[in-house]
Amino acid sequence: MMSTSGLLERRAVVRALLAIRGDLLVISGLGAPSWDITAAGDCAQNMPLWGGMGGAAMMGLGLALAQPARKVLVITGDGEMLMGLGGLATIAVQQPPNLAVVVLDNEHYGETGGQETATRHGVDLAAMARGAGIADARVVRDEAGVLALRDAIHAAAAPLFAVVKIDSANLQLVLPPREGAYLQARFREAVLGPAAHHQS
Amino acid sequence: MDRAALEMRPDAAAEWPDHIYESLKTHNITQVALVPDAGHARLIRRCLADNEMRVITLTTEEEGVALLGGSWLGGAKGILLMQSSGVGNCINMLSLAILHRTPLPMLVTMRGDFAEFNPAQVPMGQATQTVLEAMGTLVQRADLPEDVAATVDSTIRLAFNTYRPTATLLGQRLIGAKTFGKD
Repeated sequence: MMSTSGLLERRAVVRALLAIRGDLLVISGLGAPSWDITAAGDCAQNMPLWGGMGGAAMMGLGLALAQPARKVLVITGDGEMLMGLGGLATIAVQQPPNLAVVVLDNEHYGETGGQETATRHGVDLAAMARGAGIADARVVRDEAGVLALRDAIHAAAAPLFAVVKIDSANLQLVLPPREGAYLQARFREAVLGPAAHHQS
Repeated sequence: MDRAALEMRPDAAAEWPDHIYESLKTHNITQVALVPDAGHARLIRRCLADNEMRVITLTTEEEGVALLGGSWLGGAKGILLMQSSGVGNCINMLSLAILHRTPLPMLVTMRGDFAEFNPAQVPMGQATQTVLEAMGTLVQRADLPEDVAATVDSTIRLAFNTYRPTATLLGQRLIGAKTFGKD
């Protein structure tokens, strides 16, 4: 699961997190996390975002509140999370027991030329989440930590936040469908059944 | 003017916020995302008192656009309450509602459009309808109490029946201009 840099390799991390996923619902932040969840296997229970930078965790909150019996996992990047830091406060106040937010932190804006993000300079997203009031806010650096995180996502009874420190290499593009209306309709049908298209 | 009277605008006797609340109930709105505004204060109190509604107070309005996208993914109907200045914080996030065809009703209390006192409210207030429409939002206005119920009902129906962002702008003439005690 480790790259030659000694850091975790993002695709291996996401594959591990989504193995044995059960009925886990997954939203990914724009850019590489959307390619990562697609590389692990595109399916109707995935909602890969193509835009809306800073909104992934909040979309996860809305879904978690609407579907309290389902586990919701948001997988996003450090740049995307940094744009929506206020959402950590909003999530912490709501305390959704079924929401996990995992930040794949390569300390760079990978889609735009590899510029450094604030986490490269010591900004600690896990500490910010903990400060907001998400008690289980952890930093993961190795395979054992990833496997423990996967178990925690399924077992959690409180909101969970994790920063996974990963290698910054850009990997081969594995693109999900680009039509957002299709992605949303297939996701809703997977969650709600045919009734998804016949709201009252 | 004392502070309570200032922040209680609209007039405590005005019933139009109750008509909005009744419309939310009629349409089975269960998630109410908001950044508070004095013009929405009475409606917010009604929503907070309703055990069937989840009120989510946001740190910035764009969170609400993403949040309600998630609500709809999970089959819940929501609405976003904000002041006109907050519309400016939402613009890029509306891309998701357009791309995904998400029903997204918004109720916007206006500043900077009728007898405004604070010059800082005027630029965004005057731009509110234009920028919403530039991002594909169907916008309707209510400037008189008797227009509120039908306009809000229309905004909610248009959102959920035609899968897009929609907004009612509740005019400052309706709400009452905030004067900071200078009236």
